[in-house]
Amino acid sequence: MSEWCELPLIFERSKPGRSAYSLPRYELPKAEVPAALARTEAPRLPELAEPDLARHFSALAERNFGIDSGFYPLGSCTMKYNPRLNERLAALPGFADLHPHQSPEDAQGALELCYQLQQALAEISGLDAVTLQPAAGSQGELTGLMLVRAYFQDRGELEQRRKVVVPDTAHGTNPASVTMSGFELQPVKTDARGNLDLEDLRRVVGPDTAALMLTNPSTLGLFEEGIVELARIFHEVGALLYYDGANLNAVCGISRPGDMGFDVVHFNLHKTFSTPHGGGGPGAGPVAVRRALEPFLPVPRIVRSKDGAFSLDSELPKSIGRVRGFLGPFGVLVKAYAFIRVYGPALKEMSEAAVLNANYLLSRLKDVYELRYDRLCKHEFVLSAAALKREHGISALDVAKRLMDYDIHPPTVYFPLVVPEALMIEPTETESLETLDAFVDAMRRIAAEAADTPELLHEAPHGRSVERLDEAAAVKRAIVRYEPE
Amino acid sequence: MAAAENYPADLKYHSEHDWARIEGAEAVFGITWKAQDMLGELVFFQPPAVGAEIAKDAVYGEIESVKAVSDLVAPLSGKVVAINEKVESAPETINDDPYGEGWLVRVELADPGEAEGLLDVEAYKQLLSEE
Repeated sequence: MSEWCELPLIFERSKPGRSAYSLPRYELPKAEVPAALARTEAPRLPELAEPDLARHFSALAERNFGIDSGFYPLGSCTMKYNPRLNERLAALPGFADLHPHQSPEDAQGALELCYQLQQALAEISGLDAVTLQPAAGSQGELTGLMLVRAYFQDRGELEQRRKVVVPDTAHGTNPASVTMSGFELQPVKTDARGNLDLEDLRRVVGPDTAALMLTNPSTLGLFEEGIVELARIFHEVGALLYYDGANLNAVCGISRPGDMGFDVVHFNLHKTFSTPHGGGGPGAGPVAVRRALEPFLPVPRIVRSKDGAFSLDSELPKSIGRVRGFLGPFGVLVKAYAFIRVYGPALKEMSEAAVLNANYLLSRLKDVYELRYDRLCKHEFVLSAAALKREHGISALDVAKRLMDYDIHPPTVYFPLVVPEALMIEPTETESLETLDAFVDAMRRIAAEAADTPELLHEAPHGRSVERLDEAAAVKRAIVRYEPE
Repeated sequence: MAAAENYPADLKYHSEHDWARIEGAEAVFGITWKAQDMLGELVFFQPPAVGAEIAKDAVYGEIESVKAVSDLVAPLSGKVVAINEKVESAPETINDDPYGEGWLVRVELADPGEAEGLLDVEAYKQLLSEE
């Protein structure tokens, strides 16, 4: 273990004069840089030979843990297996070598793929029109609320409608998006069954309400039982419903946000439709809307003419404009489209298996970890280590760190905030029964260890490249820059 | 070193796990042992400005731990006359001593009568046992 910890920084491996690259001959005229902006000293970059460079990054890669290394039940993040086929398709030269400035006439295939993906997402969400531009879920949220804003501005109601209702279980990005788009946050509480508290809600919804932002199933992994009534309450006062698609993996092909009453939906293609994410790759956050909001979607829009040719239209006077360069994160769009088409009409089986796996884990763990809302879950569920803490001084963090010693990535911890000592577990549909059972065994052994050898958990992990990190010190005294001694 | 669980009898409590120590026309606010225990080690305190008017039950600042960012809810209304600079530079002081060195703000009360609506220590402990 100690040799792992001694992995030198790339700067510490540097020897003057070594090099691992040779740039192509430079054929462009030298750029004029204003004297005030030109650097006076050469940058201090590491100098390494190619084998040393390769070994350095290989050593770092070996310390990584990804979905290809093992089980990764990180709740809310939908860390499912990323099929290799998707990578092969995204690497096809016709996709990979396209230049973003290629004229639409020369990029018909790419435009058709985007158009078809829009159609598929409209069908999955039960809504009418889709933009693929947003770069990730958070930008999808912001785009969605900018559309809500534009819609009310167009109707002359923006002055009046100031508030966006967000439940206390929401992802932190929801209140952030509300504030960034210029609305005021109106929090609402969760009731004893884990649903949005309708009593609390009726008190706060009125003519000043612009929208509800809801994740369904919620971050507790529970389907909102009052969704039809909820939608009625908001639509009656002329407000809109926004669906945070973070948990779409639970309902694809089974129920549609549009049918539940939602007017705006964002997708996380990288979660639901499996492209590498987290540390592994970029996201994509398309937004779907009801017909009434279509005029406000970002430009350019992909248009299909009667003869089947595709072109780009930027002449939409009510559009909120661009939210990102070009049409969106194209490589991610190709992979997500491939994933959806491979399932085809059987997409529902994906969600069914995800929900089945989560309920299997839940039923095998709820006798050793507390379950605050004891009902059928969707694709994920939230256990509590509160009893372990009360009885043995073992926190959710201790459990999470100890799981690493069993070669399992920790679940999401301390979220949502309504569950104390929360452990949020999402197995996804791509795990075998053997993997699920190994996780159950590890979690049950850890609960036993909490009683028998609590110090083992306090100090975990024991078998990884680094020991327990001081998280508070990492926040307060972060070292983000290399300083030679 | 984190403090042991305790709830002083001379404080008034708010259900959002905030406390007030009333001293004549002024009061000192902080968060309870339970609040700091749920949050874990605190790493950041975002105080209101001195002179700011804060309202009972409304958010007057933020604290952040390694687990979460949390709103500070004012137990009473008034004008901020002092903030605890020690907590700004060393937020973990709240974990060490939530009712003493870890106080957050001192407030000139707008209406001392508002304190009637707060919980006494027995009522607050009752609330904790129900959660």
